[in-house]
Amino acid sequence: MAIPVTYNLRNLVVRRTTTIMTALGIGLTVAVLLAILALVGGLRSSLQASGNPLQVLVLRKGSNAELSSAVTPANFQDMKFKSGIAQSRSGQPMASLEMVTVINLASVDAPQGININLRGISSIGIEMRDNLKLVAGRWFQTGRREVVVGESIQKRFPGARIGQRLHFGRGDWDVVGVMSAGTGAANSEIFGDLNQVSSDFQRPDALSSALLRATDPVAAKALINDIANDQRLNLDAMSEVDYYQSQTNSGVVIEYLGIFVSIIMGVGSSFAAMNTMYAAVARRSQEIGTLRVLGFSRGSILFSFFIESILLAALGGLVGCLLVLPLNGVTTGIGNFVTFSEIDFNFRVTPQIMALGVAFAMVLGALGGLFPASSASRKEILTALRGI
Amino acid sequence: MLRFLPFVLKNSWRNRRRTTLTIVSISVSLCLLGVLMAIYYAFYFTDATPSQALRLVVRNKISLAVPMPVFYRDKIRQVPGVREVAPYQWFGGVYKDRREAKNMFPRFAVEPDKILNIRGEMQVPEDQKKAFIQERTACMVGKALADKLNLHLGDRIPIQGDIFPVNLEFTLRAIYDAPENNEVLYFNLEYLDQALGAKRWGQIGTFYVLADSPESVPRIAQAIDDEFHNSPVQTKTESERAFQLGFLSFLGNVKMILLSICAAVTFTILLVSANTIAMSIRERVREVGVLKTLGFTRSTILTLILGEAVAIATIGGALGVVLASLLCGVVRQGPAFSDDLKHLSIQPPVALACLIVAATIGLISAFIPAWNASRISIVEALRSTE
Repeated sequence: MAIPVTYNLRNLVVRRTTTIMTALGIGLTVAVLLAILALVGGLRSSLQASGNPLQVLVLRKGSNAELSSAVTPANFQDMKFKSGIAQSRSGQPMASLEMVTVINLASVDAPQGININLRGISSIGIEMRDNLKLVAGRWFQTGRREVVVGESIQKRFPGARIGQRLHFGRGDWDVVGVMSAGTGAANSEIFGDLNQVSSDFQRPDALSSALLRATDPVAAKALINDIANDQRLNLDAMSEVDYYQSQTNSGVVIEYLGIFVSIIMGVGSSFAAMNTMYAAVARRSQEIGTLRVLGFSRGSILFSFFIESILLAALGGLVGCLLVLPLNGVTTGIGNFVTFSEIDFNFRVTPQIMALGVAFAMVLGALGGLFPASSASRKEILTALRGI
Repeated sequence: MLRFLPFVLKNSWRNRRRTTLTIVSISVSLCLLGVLMAIYYAFYFTDATPSQALRLVVRNKISLAVPMPVFYRDKIRQVPGVREVAPYQWFGGVYKDRREAKNMFPRFAVEPDKILNIRGEMQVPEDQKKAFIQERTACMVGKALADKLNLHLGDRIPIQGDIFPVNLEFTLRAIYDAPENNEVLYFNLEYLDQALGAKRWGQIGTFYVLADSPESVPRIAQAIDDEFHNSPVQTKTESERAFQLGFLSFLGNVKMILLSICAAVTFTILLVSANTIAMSIRERVREVGVLKTLGFTRSTILTLILGEAVAIATIGGALGVVLASLLCGVVRQGPAFSDDLKHLSIQPPVALACLIVAATIGLISAFIPAWNASRISIVEALRSTE
């Protein structure tokens, strides 16, 4: 017969100082793990939100980033009328030639400056980004030195509000609008008129990339093959989703660091849990004896103390979740080695992550509780009752 | 006070299992803290090496991704205190298969004689130096890189261009050894220019500048930036160390991440230690009563208990430092994105800081239970049934 769980719960309550301290120790370990997972999760979801499966990104053969790629206007004209490209409402092919470079902006929290993606784009390119919305001001006008900044740029850089001027290239640019891409990467980019930007950076013939919208998924695949095999172009095409997927690499470093740190902290706190449980077993020697006299088997004693340790750790896991919850939605930025610029995103503390944290805590509790529980179950009735 | 030391040690060894668990748990956490502090120390407290302290990096003010006119070198050369200017062009490109991490190493187009001059710490045999300078398609790689990719003198190394629309093939003519930046490929800028032909652009990514003394570095940086202040293309000049740290900020707010993990670890150790000390004192209330009866004063009892906690925590700390230096060895082997991590080790200040943290944690965690125990009345203590 099993010992009721209430027995364990009441025990944890009676010895509350020890319970709280042990749980808090486990909680902090879980909190570190969760904070890192929430960071990486936020980065992933931001990059996933940035790609459209129907869209194809064209770069120069050999480049894996828009920054190190070059596409000439002549190449673009050749590509624009390939079959399988969707048409916009006005009947134009959905194909956008773009130029990307990086500019360094200084802010209050980063006086050294942060690398930001600057994108020269035309109106069709804006139309092709379905989740891109203007949240304030207006779009830039063709032929003028005007830029629209992403939502998080506007938040982080006081100099990038509407009505202010940014200085880069050959002079000043007026900030005329703020755009939002949901959680997408364009939130941390600056958009300007393609011709203005490319002439400012003296690159009218060496633009960065072309974005094409296919009519359907099959056409997208065909388009990718068509462009990659076209010897004249010397270009490479990939699905926009794959392109952003490849950028999640910068999160991997941090994810490894986080897992490494939490495992080491986990070893420490499972030893602490073991200590607590050994003390609990020692103090309750007489109780254990009584339970045995009442007819509970060694197995149920073992199980009961094991469960108590897991309960203690689960409590710690919940504490860890509570500690991390305030991070949810906090914006942070992380460097991206592919685009050479920073992408901003929100920490995402999802239920899955929290469940993972509690599970991690319970594993720690199980590891820490096994030996004390088995030592409790091995006590002889008489010695236990004598309380030695 | 010291005559109580055997007593303190005996006491702490009474419940061996608990003491061992506590020491292990503290040492594991402190090992982590030690490694994190070592990383922090390596990034933010390590001074530039003597040769590094003489170098500056000039780039376009807009960002590192935007080049500047190559003719700037003549004006930079004229700034007082500048001994040498070396153009550095990041080539990027692909070597064999990009998916393999070991194939991702930096490639720079440089002027061979200038780079050898400006990076005096590089050790290259004289005949290899000559070959690298004279042969247009020659290249030079670091010893660490040559070992990793199993490259030998005379090997051909093809690199497919991405930023530049040319594919180059180099012949390995020199292998250098240097304490830092030992995994780089340098090749002749002239080869790149000729390969580009009509497309050569008269632009350069960065200039490395050699100063005549470390003291003149800030002044030179200011003078160079002032020189181009009113030009269409402005520059940003910083010391090589600052330039490298700029790359680090790329990973996000590294400082904050490191500090907050350190804080969480420290707090966890504090909890573990406090819990153990509280448990062991609770068991011993009656003994405290006996000690008091024998004439031990409050302050002596307080010191005895605190001493025990500090001893346990410091032993854990010392063990942690040893573990941390082992762990640093593992980090050194790992894929390092920063040169600082390749030389990671526990420096004396870091070891000292770890021990101080450990001892302080022992002291703080024991204070409240020790204080209460020392104030308990004899009768009450003797009556205790724990």
